[in-house]
Amino acid sequence: MFDNLSDRLQTVFKKLRGYGKLTESNIQEGLREVRLALLEADVNYKTVKEFIEKVKEKAIGDQVLKSLSPGQQVVKIVHEEMVALMGGEYKELAPSPHPPTSIMLIGLQGSGKTTTAAKLANLFQKQRRKVLLVAADPYRPAAIDQLTILGQQLGIAVYTDKEAKNAVKICQDAHQFARSGGYTYMIMDTAGRLHIDEELMQELREIKRVVNPQEVILVADAMTGQDAVNIAKAFDQEVGIGSVILTKIDGDARGGAALSIRAVTGKPIRYVGTGEKIDALEPFYPDRMASRILGMGDVLSLIEKAQAAYSEEKARDLRKKIARDAFTLEDFRDQLRQIRKLGPLEQIIGMIPGGKKILKNTDLKADEKKLIQIEAIINSMTVQERNNAEIINGSRRKRIAKGSGTTVQDVNQVLSQFTQMQRALRQMKKMGMIPGFGGNPFRKKRR
Amino acid sequence: MESKSTGWFQRLCQGLSKTHTTFMGGIERLLRGRAGVDEELFEELEEVLILADLGYQTAHEVVERLREAARRQKINEPGPLRSLLRSELLEIVKPFQSPLEISAHSPFIMMVLGVNGVGKTTTIGKLAARYSRQGKKVLLAAGDTFRAAAIEQLEIWGQRAGCSGVIKHRSGSDPSAVVYDSIQAARSRHMDLVIIDTAGRLHTKDHLVAELQKMKRVISKELPEAPHEILLVLDATTGQNALQQAKQFNEALEGITGLALTKLDGTAKGGIIFSIVRELAIPIRLIGVGEGIEDLRDFEAEEFIAALFETA
Repeated sequence: MFDNLSDRLQTVFKKLRGYGKLTESNIQEGLREVRLALLEADVNYKTVKEFIEKVKEKAIGDQVLKSLSPGQQVVKIVHEEMVALMGGEYKELAPSPHPPTSIMLIGLQGSGKTTTAAKLANLFQKQRRKVLLVAADPYRPAAIDQLTILGQQLGIAVYTDKEAKNAVKICQDAHQFARSGGYTYMIMDTAGRLHIDEELMQELREIKRVVNPQEVILVADAMTGQDAVNIAKAFDQEVGIGSVILTKIDGDARGGAALSIRAVTGKPIRYVGTGEKIDALEPFYPDRMASRILGMGDVLSLIEKAQAAYSEEKARDLRKKIARDAFTLEDFRDQLRQIRKLGPLEQIIGMIPGGKKILKNTDLKADEKKLIQIEAIINSMTVQERNNAEIINGSRRKRIAKGSGTTVQDVNQVLSQFTQMQRALRQMKKMGMIPGFGGNPFRKKRR
Repeated sequence: MESKSTGWFQRLCQGLSKTHTTFMGGIERLLRGRAGVDEELFEELEEVLILADLGYQTAHEVVERLREAARRQKINEPGPLRSLLRSELLEIVKPFQSPLEISAHSPFIMMVLGVNGVGKTTTIGKLAARYSRQGKKVLLAAGDTFRAAAIEQLEIWGQRAGCSGVIKHRSGSDPSAVVYDSIQAARSRHMDLVIIDTAGRLHTKDHLVAELQKMKRVISKELPEAPHEILLVLDATTGQNALQQAKQFNEALEGITGLALTKLDGTAKGGIIFSIVRELAIPIRLIGVGEGIEDLRDFEAEEFIAALFETA
């Protein structure tokens, strides 16, 4: 995430940290480079100017120059200012006291409203809330179909009215429907429009007036350039927005929109879209994001991800199996799947402080492929083979290799890794390490 | 959104009219309010160019050349700077004005790609309409088998455009199979043009880029010289990332042959196009200035720059 900006800033800071004593001109020079890095990352021109002014003001004081680690002090100031720029603390969306809590998604064409609507609905549904999606885009061809299909895939109700050509009426009726149907959340997917399209802005104002949503959220593309702030400002002035969701942040978006929108509009970024999968929507924590950009990692998010992927029950089963010497290829595969549930390796590594730097020359995508390959090999085995690896003879190996699109050598490798693992587990058990082994490192503290 | 019979220059001006207020409006204001030419003026010009998404590097170099020229020609009034800037910008994009030419091959095979939400399907719909109106037999291939309802969206555009047909498979199927079928169909039904839609994908997702490479291989296997056009659709609101998109797709597909710049009817300036053509030298085929079918236009450098400068 924001690798380009991150790399450039870290280079600047490395240089600054290298000086035993910082002079004012060292800082000036460093900040000049920070400025360029931010500009190349599409951070709004005026935002950059103000940001640099603020950092400079704080950094050129005596306290910094005379401190023992002046370079580190500057980094700290940049970090603080960056957190402030992105909105300080994360706040959750407050549910409305009068359900349904209705959310209105608005934005330019192609910013990702429909996908975001489905992701958001999925998030609420996982919290066991009753959610209604509203297809309020009667203009774009097949937009209603798109939301309907997504709703079907997720098992979430979608309110549609293909006859109605009026988005205001659709939303009004849907609101009625949601109220009487006992829905907790209602998410309106409106049509994409330009912020200078007076007629369509009027439509949004109308919808807002009749539904009175708990929050209007602007969905914006993270790759947007200098225009991001104009767009956000215009939507805010014309309709009034409560927060922002940034989409497509998983590519090599440079972070300009993330760093500028809040600064210019004063509206916080609530979520970010981090991938094509339906669960790829994450809360946006300004402090964590700043840490990630500055290469300090984001351990908190990593732990949360691990908690979500980790199943207490499975861990208990596994412990028992190891105790009985019954660790099979099936269990091996489960473990692999759990690791992969955390997300792409690259993303995981990015959350570990300094992780990216250490593994700079490692081809993580290749490692990722390796994991997939191992899983494919195990998938190509029969249940019997997975439960009893010893029966896998030469001809079975050949079949497995064929089935998984690998070679017999690959299969051999997986099998020998597995045998080593079994041996290691047995050793640990003998040494009495197994009871402790079972402790769940990710267990949530219970009060 | 109804089309009026205005010339395309006016339409572009209309489309870009809001653009001036920030982009060239800024330059107008800058130049008008000054008596002389000083360092401050150049710095502010650079700022305006950066705000137009030209990127620091390109903006810096353009202003650097402007500075140089001003010195050489001893310009000490802001007025002549305007035409100088204009010609500097024009010089960058002019060589890449080169409209689509589909008559060289039959069937002419065109692949359309880009990241999510840039307007690929809409651009295809408009292209299909344009060529169908010219009496060409156009076949669309629903190669976006991933996004929900993408196939339906293309079908609706196909009907609107009055083209000869849409080749589709089920959602979730292999897009290369759709491509294969469309080429077979195009040959047996003597189509003039096949436009292949692809699912939006970020240029950083290797496995999805590999899918595009496969589609291209399948085409080339059936028709050795094809695809005749690989059109990359870019969103004018995108910032410096668009250069990355162009670079990586260009590399992966061994040559993007044309660019389409959409959504120029907003307030975005699409300034990144300057950096892209400077670095990659890819022809700019089309620009999108609105929602109507006729709002997809051939790119014309002079008018593009002029429309940016003219006060509407």
